[in-house]
Amino acid sequence: MTALLEVRDLATHFATRTGVVRAVDGVTLSLAPGEIIGLVGESGSGKSVTGFSILGLVDPPGRIVRGSVRFEGRELVGLPHGELRSLRGRRIAMVFQDPSATLNPVLTILDQMRLALEAHERIGKAAARARAAEILTRVGIPDAGRRLDSYPHQLSGGMRQRVAIAIALLNRPALVVCDEPTTALDVSIQAQILAEMKSLARESGTALIWISHDLSTVSALASRILVMYAGRVVEEGTVGDVLSAPRHPYTRGLLDSLPSLATPGQDLRQIPGAMPSLSDPPPGCAFAPRCAHAVDACTAMPDLVGAGGRGVRCHRPLGDAP
Amino acid sequence: MSALVDVRAASKVFRQPATLVERIGSAFGVCELPRPVHAVDDVSLEIRNGEVLGLVGESGCGKSTLGRMIAGILPPSAGSALFDGMPLLAGAGRPVKSTTRVQMIFQDPFASLDPRMRVGDIIAEGPVAHGLVSKSASAADVSRWLSTVGLDPQVADRYPHQFSGGQRQRIAIARALAMRPDMLVCDEPVASLDVSIQAQIVNLFLKLRRDLGLTMLFISHDLGVVRHVSDRIAIMYLGRIVEIGTARSVFERPRHPYTRALLDSVPRLRIDDRVEVDFRPIRGELPSPLDPPAGCHFHMRCPHANEACAVQRPTLLHVEGREVACLRATELDLSGEAPP
Ligand SMILES: Nc1ncnc2c1ncn2[C@@H]1O[C@H](COP(=O)(O)OP(=O)(O)OP(=O)(O)O)[C@@H](O)[C@H]1O
Ligand SMILES: Nc1ncnc2c1ncn2[C@@H]1O[C@H](COP(=O)(O)OP(=O)(O)OP(=O)(O)O)[C@@H](O)[C@H]1O
Ligand code: SF4
Ligand SMILES: [Mg+2]
Ligand SMILES: [Mg+2]
Repeated sequence: MTALLEVRDLATHFATRTGVVRAVDGVTLSLAPGEIIGLVGESGSGKSVTGFSILGLVDPPGRIVRGSVRFEGRELVGLPHGELRSLRGRRIAMVFQDPSATLNPVLTILDQMRLALEAHERIGKAAARARAAEILTRVGIPDAGRRLDSYPHQLSGGMRQRVAIAIALLNRPALVVCDEPTTALDVSIQAQILAEMKSLARESGTALIWISHDLSTVSALASRILVMYAGRVVEEGTVGDVLSAPRHPYTRGLLDSLPSLATPGQDLRQIPGAMPSLSDPPPGCAFAPRCAHAVDACTAMPDLVGAGGRGVRCHRPLGDAP
Repeated sequence: MSALVDVRAASKVFRQPATLVERIGSAFGVCELPRPVHAVDDVSLEIRNGEVLGLVGESGCGKSTLGRMIAGILPPSAGSALFDGMPLLAGAGRPVKSTTRVQMIFQDPFASLDPRMRVGDIIAEGPVAHGLVSKSASAADVSRWLSTVGLDPQVADRYPHQFSGGQRQRIAIARALAMRPDMLVCDEPVASLDVSIQAQIVNLFLKLRRDLGLTMLFISHDLGVVRHVSDRIAIMYLGRIVEIGTARSVFERPRHPYTRALLDSVPRLRIDDRVEVDFRPIRGELPSPLDPPAGCHFHMRCPHANEACAVQRPTLLHVEGREVACLRATELDLSGEAPP
């Protein structure tokens, strides 16, 4: 299958007073139609900025400084704003980590959904209301018909999140970037959203980038997984390979921190230390200062090496003969 | 242990004023008036000094609303809440936000941080205004709290939009802790954090509790995390507490059919040679708080419901060392089903 999305060596930096923040620094990924990939990684590692960059939503002082984003055969980096805007919402959509970035506090849910629909097709008032109610029901909002006239602040946190998902799906785009879309949702609603996403991928061929720290939803949904650390992809592969046989020490540490492995009341396992500052990263592997396996060689940047979509960026990957 | 928080028969009903069109329309029978939302329905509970009470339940069941009432920032429509014996908020009146001893970490870290303020000022503002730290010592205080939540103290002069979601969440946590509260209402405090940072924050909460005796209401839909940090757990369903007891008894021997269903729904992520995960959602939909069902709110989804359940409201009764609001609590054996 030809790729729907092809991101190559993408780098997005922010110029700040204290230096250049290398939020994303050389990310490569590709996605076929209907494919779902999971993007996981440390808080602040550049997952959201990767999503923003794909949609052309990086505001100054942020800038894509390198790389390319090809979508449906077209280069998006450097595309005029008008053309990007007409792609967004119609062909590419994003569910933001922050639902208030999507929702306008002074408009009712119905008005916002109608605006999103009208931007791309001619649709009557009654038809828009029916479409909006239908899609809200599909993302698990009880009594959707009556909720349409609510304002965002009148909904619970999880309801707002579902409205944001519904708006992204309204026009059945070819690609949806979902940024922590189910963080505020309980399991039953999550299950419903996952089923909805799967059928969307299957029936409309929508491809998804599922950014989430929740390994259960990633495993249930995605076929491949990319692990980010300090602006780079440090490990990639099928969900099965990456989670059951992680090769990067950071991925291993992530799995060891799962609360299900600990005794109640006892401290959870955590990876010692913190991610380095992205404006002044250490030379070499960014994980080295926290890594129990680090050796002298780790002061040089390891490449992402591997074949067949299985890759690891580490000088001493786990599972290698010593 | 004495009760630090004492909530008595508190309810919260949100009413939306009808527009002129709606009022005229309803007079002619062509449209409906907006319905009130019964977000919290006659809830009584105690939080003891130094304990962590976990509050769980499905999205929209009223957790944040109850949390905001306990934090003294939302007045109840009826009933009352006492903090250390003093009214935290009085029925139907304005909240009496007289104390800084209760702090809240809000569910939405984006909306709760003023975008025009530098992070250092966001954290220092409260403690300086209330004389908890002097102006000259505030920079050091800010650095200390930033490192406590795992952020680089150098970021103090940045603005909230320059941070990732999980970093903002931690700024909100630092701001609350800097007020040196006796009690924290944490509304989904770790929802947007990856598991390694989540572990770091959960460990921090456990430490504060051990060292300072911090009391917490810990709202989360993540049963793994709640079980991990809580001494007692309250299970909420459509505005009402349906079961409350020690974390151990509620998790190991649930006596309410909804608690049982909630525990069974936890996805089991198995990672050995292969990765397997199964989601077992609770059947049926959460009923609407705009139109709550009569009787037991859970009866439409309950596998054990009988005719009485559709009409009679269950009250909280002591059963096996915890309180349960189920008409059939004493006769049902829920232990046979698969443990989580
Ligand atoms: N406008 C900005 N100015 C400066 N730095 C920024 C800006 N936006 C983001 N950053 C930095 O870029 C890095 C990557 O941020 P991003 O939001 O992509 O992280 P993330 O992986 O999505 O994390 P999380 O899981 O916490 O949401 C962070 O360290 C953040 O501080
Ligand atoms: N200001 C408001 N006006 C009207 N209705 C409101 C308001 N705030 C909350 N509600 C309603 O009250 C109910 C309970 O909301 P609440 O935010 O307490 O739920 P929650 O349990 O915290 O859910 P979540 O897990 O999704 O955050 C919801 O039906 C919500 O729509
Ligand atoms: S009261 Fe009836 S419907 Fe409600 S939980 Fe108990 S058995 Fe089920
Ligand atoms: Mg993010
Ligand atoms: Mg809430």
